[in-house]
Amino acid sequence: MRTIVCEVAHQERFSRLMGREGVGYEETEIAENLSAISLDQQHTLEEWVTYQLPSKRLAGLLYRSGIFQHLTSAAPGIKELVTIGKIWELSQLHRKSKDARPYDFVVVDSPATGHGLGMLRAPRTFADIARVGPIRHQAERIHDFIASEKTGVLAVALPEEMPVNETLEYQEELAPLRGDLDVVVVNGLYPHRFTDEEIASLNGHAGPAVGAAVTEHRRYRSQLEELERLKGGVENVPLALLPFLFAPELGLSEVSELSGVLEEQLA
Amino acid sequence: MSVASILEGKEICICAGAGGVGKTTTSAAIAVGMARRGLKVAVLTIDPARRLANSLGLPELGNEERRIELDSPGELWAMMLDAKSTFDEIVEKHAPDAATRDAVLSNRIYKELSTAVAGSQEYMAMEKLHELHAEGRYDLLVLDTPPSRNALDFLDAPDRLARFIDSRALHFFLAPSRTGLKIFSRGTGLLFSILKRVTGVDLLQDLSDFFASFGDMAQGFRERAQAVKGLLADERTTFLLVTSPAHEAVEEAKFFRDKIEEAGMPFGGVIVNRMHVEEPDGPEDLTSLDPDLAEKVARNFDDFHALAQRDRHNVDELTADIGDRPLIIVPYLDEDIHDLEGIGAINDHLFAGSGATAVPAEGAG
Repeated sequence: MRTIVCEVAHQERFSRLMGREGVGYEETEIAENLSAISLDQQHTLEEWVTYQLPSKRLAGLLYRSGIFQHLTSAAPGIKELVTIGKIWELSQLHRKSKDARPYDFVVVDSPATGHGLGMLRAPRTFADIARVGPIRHQAERIHDFIASEKTGVLAVALPEEMPVNETLEYQEELAPLRGDLDVVVVNGLYPHRFTDEEIASLNGHAGPAVGAAVTEHRRYRSQLEELERLKGGVENVPLALLPFLFAPELGLSEVSELSGVLEEQLA
Repeated sequence: MSVASILEGKEICICAGAGGVGKTTTSAAIAVGMARRGLKVAVLTIDPARRLANSLGLPELGNEERRIELDSPGELWAMMLDAKSTFDEIVEKHAPDAATRDAVLSNRIYKELSTAVAGSQEYMAMEKLHELHAEGRYDLLVLDTPPSRNALDFLDAPDRLARFIDSRALHFFLAPSRTGLKIFSRGTGLLFSILKRVTGVDLLQDLSDFFASFGDMAQGFRERAQAVKGLLADERTTFLLVTSPAHEAVEEAKFFRDKIEEAGMPFGGVIVNRMHVEEPDGPEDLTSLDPDLAEKVARNFDDFHALAQRDRHNVDELTADIGDRPLIIVPYLDEDIHDLEGIGAINDHLFAGSGATAVPAEGAG
């Protein structure tokens, strides 16, 4: 599948991971069938204006005009709208720009929950604001796409009290917009190294290694509790569990390890 | 170094950092710690998730400050800003008369923007911070900033909103005149017809109404934006960066530090959360354990030792980067921190070496 990973926060973590930092606003193929792009507001907005207008000259005129810059640089929500708009465009069979090739799959590294929701909601908000006209029409198309089965929303959570609460709230807020989450990925689960009996048998021993074992077990136990609570809250949503990796830094080999785990669990 | 000494003489503490590094918990912990030292403290969050409420052991918080019972000489108050109510309050405050107020509050674009849009939260946080500071009811305000990726967006939020409302160019085109939209009467054709093509005529009309009703308040917003900017750069304010010891988080912390200093805002120091602390000695003699168990214990120790080395390496880099500014380390604690008791455990580290009464209460009571 031709896949593109889309980052929205100028961080380029993905392309850096792939050893190709600096892809910027260019759809860049970084491995076979795998591309990356990093969206920024300037480019995204400029491109969006271009698509609205019949000629590049007019678009340029509008884009460079003081009013337009003024309005859009400050208008709340414009950034979210053009960002989700570009993501939508990447996913279309018929791309807006002539030489662009279609993708089978677009992976979005979305902002954290609150802002991420803002982005998913933006098309509906703007459709309501515009009521009629081209913006309305377009925003509705994008919203329908988000709400359809063609879009999946996957939450990533740590098995800890606050991230679990946040995931449950996210699910609640998402529901009226497009229904349940499609998958919840629980990240960073400690391995089940010690049984309760083994830990109990360490009683009376002291030292850094025994201390680390007791700590590990306690965290493991607490994670299990949170995992159960999460499961109870998202009953109809498939869960995937990713192990905590002790590797000092996550490199390509660690990521492909995790990718294998995901594939197995979500098959 | 203790947070108490960083905050000596400060009236505003802004906790900034990337998402997922324990920023909200740290903000709550700082507020609790300073209240225990005799100050009257308010901690504010605009994170719509209930993290702050959770970390203070509450089911939820609202747009009103709420007192948290603490067995301490000071007072602790907390609130979770609701963007919509705060926005409405501001409109009420800035509107020159009741008619303008009602026109704005019932404007369709205003309603959509003030409820549904993520960006307005940043503005509201700055607004509330300014208001609470001006009222002077608290010795210290602690702000938990939004978990935005562009985490410093909030710094110029007031400016951006003021610019938006106060766009002279827009007024020129959009302000209504007796003959309908000025634009039609002036016939400033081309640009407008392009704009119309993008937005549709209806939207332009709505925008025109929006700016017309907001226009009268532009001056108020602009002044407020200036005041907020001044407050952020004031020496009574300090920015604390919160990070984890992971490589990516540390890189982001460095980036933030640069941004804060570039913007002329006072940078107070860094708090590194969840550090795997290195054991100075190797693993102890494990031969008295069952051999299988001993092997597992040893392997587990090696894994954590590797994490500790990684964390140490990253924090060393950060320390070199921030030079003489304070850096406070909170170790990875055994318990998942999400209540006042847990906050006490964090504060043993945030406030290490400063007695519970290090900062005398001003006008205690």
